[in-house]
Amino acid sequence: MGHILVFAEQRDGKLKRVALEALGAARQLAADAQVLAILIGEHTAALTQTLTARGADKVYLIDDAGFSHYSSEGYGRAVADIAKKEEATLILMGATALGKDLGPKVAAKLGGPFAGDCIALETDSEGKITATRPMYGGKIISTVKCRTATYQVATLRPNVFPVNDPDDTKESLVENIAPLPDLSSVKAVIKEVLASANTKVELTEADIIVSGGRGLKAPENFSIIEALADALGAAVGASRAAVDAGWKPHSYQVGLTGKTVSPSLYIACGVSGAIQHQAGMSSSKYIVAINKDPNAPIFKIANYGIVGDLFEIVPLLTEAVKKIKNE
Amino acid sequence: MDFNFTEEQTMLRDMVRKFVDQEIKPLAQQIDKEHNVGLIQGILKKAAPLGLLGIPFPEKYGGANMGEMGYAILIEELSRACASTSVTIGAHIGLAGTSILIGGNEAQKEKYLKPLATGEKLGAYALTEPGAGSDAANIQLSAKEDGDDYILNGTKLWITNGDIADTIVVYSVTNAELKARGGITAFIVEADTPGFSAHRIEDKMGLRGSATAELVFQDVRVPKENVLGQVGMGFVIAMETLDESRLSLAAACIGAAKEVLAMSVDFSKKRVAFKQPIAHFQAIQFMIADMTAEIFQMESIVYRTAWMYDQGKKIPREGAICKLFCSEALDRIVDKAVQIHGGNGFMGEHPIERFYRDSRVNRIFEGTSEIQRMVIAEDVLKKGSY
Amino acid sequence: MKIAVCIKQVPATESKIKPAADGKDIDRTGLSFVVNPYDEFGVEEALKIKEQLGEGRITVISIGSDKTAEALRTCLAVGADQAIHIKDAALEGSDAHALARVLTAALQRENLDIIFFGKQAIDDDSGAVGIYVAEMMNLPHVSAINKLEILSDENRAVAHRQIEGGTEIIEVSLPAVFTCQKELNEPRYASLPGIMKAKQKPLSVLSLADLEIAPDSVGLDNAVITLDQLSPPPTRTAGTPLEGNAEEAVSELVRLLREEAKVL
Repeated sequence: MGHILVFAEQRDGKLKRVALEALGAARQLAADAQVLAILIGEHTAALTQTLTARGADKVYLIDDAGFSHYSSEGYGRAVADIAKKEEATLILMGATALGKDLGPKVAAKLGGPFAGDCIALETDSEGKITATRPMYGGKIISTVKCRTATYQVATLRPNVFPVNDPDDTKESLVENIAPLPDLSSVKAVIKEVLASANTKVELTEADIIVSGGRGLKAPENFSIIEALADALGAAVGASRAAVDAGWKPHSYQVGLTGKTVSPSLYIACGVSGAIQHQAGMSSSKYIVAINKDPNAPIFKIANYGIVGDLFEIVPLLTEAVKKIKNE
Repeated sequence: MDFNFTEEQTMLRDMVRKFVDQEIKPLAQQIDKEHNVGLIQGILKKAAPLGLLGIPFPEKYGGANMGEMGYAILIEELSRACASTSVTIGAHIGLAGTSILIGGNEAQKEKYLKPLATGEKLGAYALTEPGAGSDAANIQLSAKEDGDDYILNGTKLWITNGDIADTIVVYSVTNAELKARGGITAFIVEADTPGFSAHRIEDKMGLRGSATAELVFQDVRVPKENVLGQVGMGFVIAMETLDESRLSLAAACIGAAKEVLAMSVDFSKKRVAFKQPIAHFQAIQFMIADMTAEIFQMESIVYRTAWMYDQGKKIPREGAICKLFCSEALDRIVDKAVQIHGGNGFMGEHPIERFYRDSRVNRIFEGTSEIQRMVIAEDVLKKGSY
Repeated sequence: MKIAVCIKQVPATESKIKPAADGKDIDRTGLSFVVNPYDEFGVEEALKIKEQLGEGRITVISIGSDKTAEALRTCLAVGADQAIHIKDAALEGSDAHALARVLTAALQRENLDIIFFGKQAIDDDSGAVGIYVAEMMNLPHVSAINKLEILSDENRAVAHRQIEGGTEIIEVSLPAVFTCQKELNEPRYASLPGIMKAKQKPLSVLSLADLEIAPDSVGLDNAVITLDQLSPPPTRTAGTPLEGNAEEAVSELVRLLREEAKVL
């Protein structure tokens, strides 16, 4: 296995957890080879130590105002240049909004194989990757095989790969990228980033998700879902039925035409669990279903199910959780 | 022989299916539970610009010229989701529009059929009366000549779209002696004509979202130019319209049957009893087999008959056969579907319950099963053989 | 304004998808095929731009077998002006790079201002080809857009895309490639007049030879990545339902989440 390059995504000076997961995956695949990280942004220098502690042998750094916002062309060129310089076998990043754009961009520049939203990676003796990834909205799990061991690009589904235990004794090796990639040819420029109203916990990154569906009966009843989510420090999700009814914007939607999530705990309240919904959440580690219909498909995939009135059960659960958190 | 849809027919089916899945299916339960005619009117507003409300009519009258085949495809797909919507559109196209197409002169088609085809206006067809259902020739609503007008007096009952339609084809008696043999005349009546009033009838076993009304005519003055076809031609127009409309009613039965079969298959695979999905039991399998076999028969006769109609053949016997067989087959099918669903199928929350209620009227309206049998027998006896 | 929309025909969203017996493809029996839903947003956006500017020409392009023509006809019925169907047996097994090269060759002949793709096809869920095409054509792109505005000078556009916790507002010079996300618009239905007219609109069929691409540069033999095996997702088995009244069920749930699942 040759060098593995991890694109360490940060936003607003905070590393994404999936960046550390990518380092974890890289470390497992690397054996004796080097794990390199590339970190791009402004005010990023402070994050290099974390990358070292979590498995990077070397960190390539851009800490520059010109790179404070993402651009496919600018970031793509930076990553591709380092990949070429280091003859990277594999380039990893999270399957985030940014990674889903950057991954294919880098693969296009390098001509290497690309596998998106991977949930498992293996390597053969030549360093060729076999990736496991969902297709057909999660209705199929596929394995794809790379036929070349150079410049393989993979994005990793968040919350799937383990993070390495930190090694704070490791000496940090940082190289500032110079000269910086020329941004004069960047023709798509971020002018502004608007924070969304849903700022609490991002769905795709959340460790716990509480979601509501048609069983909530009215948009204002989402407040009982939100109360449970607040008590748990969880993100709030919604079924397509709830989104189509206009109760929540599309950014809340879990499922085939919404977001795919893999939290440790997914609590579905009044969600029937249509196949389209399951496609977005069935890889959650634990699923709890609360629904008054005992035949709701969600119970077929739930670890724990309560058949009953969510308007009675969810507030009880919220109280119980608060009690635990106060202990 | 070619049993395939043409490319256009396939595209039409796919488009309507998508429209139904996105615009009608999510509302169907609510339409039924709330008797919500307004939701159906909203659907009509969306269907009109797509050309769905004029499918079988010639392009020069604002239609899509896709014939009876196109119309049957539309009605089948609508009926997969919502019988109330299907019957609203059926009365508009298959009864009101078709009557004008069959009986109307050029000026009438221009003035009345065109706005129906484009969906600008909604149509209704008023034949049934308190004392004349199966015995349609026995209608009493009278039309008396008065100068350039006729004056209509009487009552029509259970008229689909009666209180929401703009344009109503009204069958009346102009000569009580002649009755069906030249004494019945059809008029095109505009709903805002003085003396006309319509009253919604809400309490129905099924089709609860469709507007069913009693129509009252008190000295309603209709100009002679609104006589559909000629004086005395009304019964012929009414019957020919029904030939065609019965066929589309049969197409509606196919859509409902396919939908409840799909629900039954799905349910029987998921529902576990005695530690296995009930689909494993032969008792369930036999019901599913019978449902499927009947659907195949329904589909075969309806689309063959639609093709015949589009070839210009008259279809009194075939239309009646389609209506008789499909309405009765659908009743057998929804009955099995409820049985497969068990208690779930009895509960108002499940669409199966709605399909069961909506299905029953198909054996009654636009000619009861008994009338269809009479039509078939009369035709066979007249011609002497098959 | 000349606009192209690259589309793919895929199994309908609600299809039940199973691997075929050999695990090399899905079982295609009984499936109905549709225009990839994300591509439909591209078609709709193209129509809206054309309507807004009062002029324009919309070309839909797809690579695929004979059946793909249905998807292209559907787009013509919805309102696109012409269609290009790229069909060549040598393309069987091609990877995203090869498909992007083929599309690029076709797109370059059209002198385009805007190229739309879906943000991904709902079959392979990869989302790579549109971004590859932008790179090969040396054009800027914005992926997964949920809002687009063409600025009045027509040489620039502003696109919105959703990211975790926010929305990026991106200004881009035209020509450019956009990949479309849900929420961008509400795709219209084909109208009946549109369906009747679709047959008369031009649908040209191009082979690799027409595009001057060597057949031995594409296909399975030249793919840098191949599909190896398809399997159904791991089945989850239903846990035991928690019995008792609401209080009892909730306290049992909390106990299990703490002691068994260890997530609380």
